[in-house]
Amino acid sequence: MQRRVLPGFGLTLGFALMYLGLIILLPLAATFVKTAGLSWEQFWSTVTSPRVVASYKLTFGTSFYAALFNVPMGVILAWVLVRYQFPGRRFMDALVDLPFALPTAVAGIALTSIYAKTGWFGQWLEPMGIKVAYTQVGVWVALTFIGLPFVVRTVQPILEELEPELEEAAATLGATRLQTIRRVVIPALLPAIITGFALAFARAVGEYGSVVFISGNMPMKTEITPLLIITKLEQYDYAGATALAVVMLLVSFALLLVIQLVQRYLFRSRA
Amino acid sequence: MISRTLPSAVRHFVSAAALAASVLTAPAGEVTLLNASYDVTREFYKDYNAAFATHWEQTTGDKVTINQSHGGSSKQVRAVIDGLEADVVTMNQALDVDQLVKPGLIPADWATRMPHNSAPYTSTILFVVRQGNPKKIKDWSDLVRADVKVVIPNPKTSGNGRYSYLAAWGYALRQPGGDATKAEAFVRQLFANVPVLDTGGRGATTTFAKNGIGDVLLTFENEVALTIREFASENLEAVVPTASITAENPVVWVDKVVSKKGSATVARAYLEYLYSPEAQELAARHYFRPRDPAVLARHANQFKSLQLFTVEDVAGSWAEAQKTHFADGGVFDRIYVK
Repeated sequence: MQRRVLPGFGLTLGFALMYLGLIILLPLAATFVKTAGLSWEQFWSTVTSPRVVASYKLTFGTSFYAALFNVPMGVILAWVLVRYQFPGRRFMDALVDLPFALPTAVAGIALTSIYAKTGWFGQWLEPMGIKVAYTQVGVWVALTFIGLPFVVRTVQPILEELEPELEEAAATLGATRLQTIRRVVIPALLPAIITGFALAFARAVGEYGSVVFISGNMPMKTEITPLLIITKLEQYDYAGATALAVVMLLVSFALLLVIQLVQRYLFRSRA
Repeated sequence: MISRTLPSAVRHFVSAAALAASVLTAPAGEVTLLNASYDVTREFYKDYNAAFATHWEQTTGDKVTINQSHGGSSKQVRAVIDGLEADVVTMNQALDVDQLVKPGLIPADWATRMPHNSAPYTSTILFVVRQGNPKKIKDWSDLVRADVKVVIPNPKTSGNGRYSYLAAWGYALRQPGGDATKAEAFVRQLFANVPVLDTGGRGATTTFAKNGIGDVLLTFENEVALTIREFASENLEAVVPTASITAENPVVWVDKVVSKKGSATVARAYLEYLYSPEAQELAARHYFRPRDPAVLARHANQFKSLQLFTVEDVAGSWAEAQKTHFADGGVFDRIYVK
């Protein structure tokens, strides 16, 4: 075996594996063990009951659209924060992290009171026939709120590294502004954008606190899967709860893996 | 769980430290109890703990410190099962306490160890309506009208919701010619009028009072006065229906914990004192219906009389109610999923 240039490979890999094992794999393994209390038929009927299937659609669907919406919004925000100097920029920069730090229940209650028919936005939206609180739109609003920092914070450092000289060079070579963005800026940002999207999506899929207040939790309509997990726990149905958790884990893992592969493919095709 | 126990542990430490600092005498016969309770008993037990500490010191000369842990009822029970060393558990439905039997924390006949099914005080489900009761809501039959929207928390996740559901079921059952089929049709109609299913009672209160959803909120009697006071600007009003359900608030000492900690005597005394006239008076002041008829009579204008039936009357037992109505695939699920 070839000797590595950097020393300490064995030690750090060992540490990394142990840490991942203790912090991530062990609790997840416990989930699978708890599920083993169910027979295959019980497991299958639990995870495919109509109400649960409706919740998967809502959870993964709204998470996807929320993350997707955050991509252009997050990129524009990052662009503004990196490329321009203006009063209040630092304040705006700090504001981006708020959804990270805020307890999700606080976010949920705040969003609900704003979008309910008595709230600041709701009182204007509801007469126009737009209902946000207690609908699937409300779920999407909450997930968009919590996902935004992920896109901004992954795109921002890459944008900072991206020298304006590159764009100037493109301009001197005769590229229009739009061509520069399409051919120079976007390709450089794409890996970060995809990572940001994946993080926002993963975060949204697991979100509970902010959503349950604004969704109204109506079966078949606005119930997210994490709520059904909690519902089962409230009824002391541990096996059923972990069965749903296992499905969510597997689906999330599969989706994140696909996103990784797409990213790798994009990288390679450019290299 | 960590996020819940950590801050409460800190709080306990702080309150314990504050108490230790205020008590200058050396704690010779000092005992500490942990009471794991649900969310809304906070204020009541704050007063009761002080009263019991005084009583205990007067009768035995020992000091007792009672720490409180509050949270969603089933979360609290899970914490106790998972090792939270609570000497006593005080809940709002027997279903939660029953969960402690299987892991061997308490005996199966726990409810018979103290009077009144080990429930020293009770509550019931009443209605809260908007100012002037614009929809003229008087009784359960009004809740199934097509023009009425009702806010009830999810029966699958809250005791409040379960009692509301069973109260509606019991009301329908007790109408002339009432049977299970008619009762099911009644609750089906009722929940068709429910626009939002919050996970807990306080969430439902916010939805109704703050976010302006629905014409009537179903909640515990002990929450009604609090809600009206809390949202004073809304001028909400209480409505007492002709009949409702008795919500027994069971209390139990946790045998496994008290024998380990050697706190059996004081834990038991702590719960038995809940039946004393002083404690019953405190319960009444916190809008829990006292068992003591004399105390109840004294607060007659606060506790309006109505026909009360129990969970056992309408569903046999909590375990059966859970199985028939609230378990996955039960009657409640069938309302939403054909």
